[in-house]
Amino acid sequence: MKFHKEHLIEICIPVIAVILALIVGSIFIALSGKGIFNSYSALLIGAFGSKASLAETLVKTVPLIFCGLSVAFAFRCGVFNIGAEGQLLIAGVAVACVGYAIKLPAIIHIPLCFLVAIIAGGLWGGLAGYLKARFGAHEVITTIMLNFIALKFTEFLVNGPLREPSGVSPKTPHILESAELLRIIGRLNISIFIALIVTGIIYYLLNRTTAGYEVRAVGFNPLAAEYGGINVAKNVVLAMFISGALAGLAGCCEVLGVFRYFMPDISSDYGFQGIAVALLARNHPIGVLLSALLFGSLSNGATKMQVIAKTPKQIASIIQGLVIMFVAADMLVRYFLPKKKKE
Amino acid sequence: MKVVEMMGITKEFPGIKANENVSFHLNKGEILALVGENGAGKSTLMNILYGLYQPESGEIYIQEKPVVIKDPNTAISLGIGMVHQHFMLIPPLTVTENIILGSEPVDGGIFINIDKASRKVKDISEQYGLKIDPFARIESISVGMQQRVEILKTLYRGAEILILDEPTAVLTPQEIKELFTIMRVLIEKGKSIIIITHKLDEVKEISDRIVVLRHGKIMGEALTSEVSTSQIASMMVGRDVVFRIKKETIEPGEVVLDVHNVTACDDRGLPALQGITFNVRAGEIVGIAGVDGNGQTELVEAITGLRSVKSGKISLKGKEITNLPPRKIIETGLGHIPEDRHKRGLVLNFSVAENFVLMEYYKSPFAKWINLSYRAINDFAQKLIGRFDVRTPGKETLVRSLSGGNQQKIIIAREIVRNPNILIASQPTRGLDVGAIEFVQENLLEQRRNGKAILLVSLELEEIMNLSDRILVIYEGSIVGEVSGEEATRDKIGIMMTGVKGEEEKGEKCVGAETVLPFVQNDEL
Repeated sequence: MKFHKEHLIEICIPVIAVILALIVGSIFIALSGKGIFNSYSALLIGAFGSKASLAETLVKTVPLIFCGLSVAFAFRCGVFNIGAEGQLLIAGVAVACVGYAIKLPAIIHIPLCFLVAIIAGGLWGGLAGYLKARFGAHEVITTIMLNFIALKFTEFLVNGPLREPSGVSPKTPHILESAELLRIIGRLNISIFIALIVTGIIYYLLNRTTAGYEVRAVGFNPLAAEYGGINVAKNVVLAMFISGALAGLAGCCEVLGVFRYFMPDISSDYGFQGIAVALLARNHPIGVLLSALLFGSLSNGATKMQVIAKTPKQIASIIQGLVIMFVAADMLVRYFLPKKKKE
Repeated sequence: MKVVEMMGITKEFPGIKANENVSFHLNKGEILALVGENGAGKSTLMNILYGLYQPESGEIYIQEKPVVIKDPNTAISLGIGMVHQHFMLIPPLTVTENIILGSEPVDGGIFINIDKASRKVKDISEQYGLKIDPFARIESISVGMQQRVEILKTLYRGAEILILDEPTAVLTPQEIKELFTIMRVLIEKGKSIIIITHKLDEVKEISDRIVVLRHGKIMGEALTSEVSTSQIASMMVGRDVVFRIKKETIEPGEVVLDVHNVTACDDRGLPALQGITFNVRAGEIVGIAGVDGNGQTELVEAITGLRSVKSGKISLKGKEITNLPPRKIIETGLGHIPEDRHKRGLVLNFSVAENFVLMEYYKSPFAKWINLSYRAINDFAQKLIGRFDVRTPGKETLVRSLSGGNQQKIIIAREIVRNPNILIASQPTRGLDVGAIEFVQENLLEQRRNGKAILLVSLELEEIMNLSDRILVIYEGSIVGEVSGEEATRDKIGIMMTGVKGEEEKGEKCVGAETVLPFVQNDEL
């Protein structure tokens, strides 16, 4: 594909948004009475300063990649999936069950867990898609409600039937060893590679397949898609299924790789941060990788920043919010781009 | 006296000079026609005069005094009134309520004196022969009368100079006559009028003087009586234009599309089609004429599977297609040029190439298993771009960035190369310039020569009459009459468009009475 000027602008906007967010963020650091340079360097060291901190940054990045892809994929079909959080939790608890209860060799056990996650998350997302396609129920409302249901339902499960009998805190029992994902450094495990592969698959699916053509056509102009003979309702349900499955994979990797048990706290709002990740990535799969890394490093670096520079770690959240604000207000960012020359 | 004079107006939009050093004037008591193709800069120029845009350079004189028109309120206070193509009226409110909106006469600072306003509305209506009932609700009066309400609104605000933007586009031939009568009354009473249009016969009929714009520049200016329509047309387009379309006689073949007693609802769930029956045969063009909003959209959608049919039967080449999914119908051999190319016809954020395969992306050679073959798609696009002369920087350019004419070419190319048994063309030339219109019409005739059936739905009576072998007139969801292409006259079709059955022969005078009647009733209210 040829490289057009419009593509360059598409890339520039998120980059400028991040720079602007860091600049405005420094005002807040100054207000907290700390050094701007010290804080930002502590943030960087916290995120990338050592093997261990880099590993932990990637641990935070993996679920953000999946959730970012989830939201972005639905977006490309014109559906706003706010329910990644709920889809992640439902898949997580399902995976914890399969990982604990069924004895299988690892070579079958792990793929089975992934399949369960895809189905559980996919159905939870697909339900919202079906409600939209069949009854016209707005997905923003239904996915938010499904989030509450998923959260409360899984809370109930880990406090009741699925609670580890000897455990102090409410969580499911440790999964079997055959279901565990191989760890590399610290909690970082091979799910990072799975995330990269899935990103590639989603990119290919969207841009190189007939299914992707349909999804994009529906997302850009459902009336024209319908006119072209594309089944809009089917695509909405399918996109929400895939979107839910992607969020489900986040839950799966958290359970199998990072925690090895399930409790609702395995997600630090990854499903919601996924919306921000997708927004910053402008719904492009490759962009999702980069913006997930940015958000992952911000949240991991923040702790270190608080320890070293004594800068409140909430600053990182403020910067995240600012990034989103500047991306959403892209007209403002375009103002900083060089003006089109008059012909 | 020159009531308006614009000198050296230049207005730029990103990438385009909409107006370049435009100068013209309007004399008191004259009707000036501003003509030009779509995109020539007519509307931009008038929006500058009305204060909606600010020019980069140039001067404006009103009543021979220099002015700066910074917003429409300034324009109104200078005695300029504009009637937009799309009316700015609130349907549930009455005529008076709409007219006083924004300048309500108030008693004691808070109470609207509606009686006083109504009297004034009635006075103005009588003075100019507008025949408007001040208490009628906008939603219950005809489009023609709504337009007169817009005119009255400008007069209420003291307009001396009226700008009418494409006023005849939404009117029936009879309503157009009414409008012209009113315009003449306005001139008699000392008003001055600028009318924007691209319909040349109307220009000849109503205007005193014309100014021709092309590519944002003044191409010429003349007294209407001294130029012929073909001279005006070549000034607009920059070359000679053939008006008469050569149409050879073809004996129509078998029935291709058969619509039998079809009913359907509109988006609000109200009946839009009330038992429509007709057929289209191979090698003929059947035109559907009618005033906008009489079921044309719903009819096309019902046939193409985009709207559910409540009762009745539609068959294509003998195969029933009633309520089949759109793709099944397309595969039976149906091509469709939708009435709104942005809303339906194109995915604007797709490339030219991707839009070319909107109906066929899932078939070989464009699809291989689950994959798209971009090589095949691009080759196909390259071929069509050449064959249909689509002016685009490349096949990967987003369709959004092309001109309307080229966007329409993409749709027509896509629908024609699939070689459908029936082609449904809904307003295929809407918003296109003369050159593009020729292209579209020539392609429709080419399909006819190839023995294809064509259903043409258009609001342009001229187009229907030029192209159709048979003309059906639709009114409130029913076919109210049929005439053959040779027998068709504007008046004949015009009468039927107002709901009078074709079988009842009515003379010219009766028509007048027919259309005037409702206003008389309103006066008595």
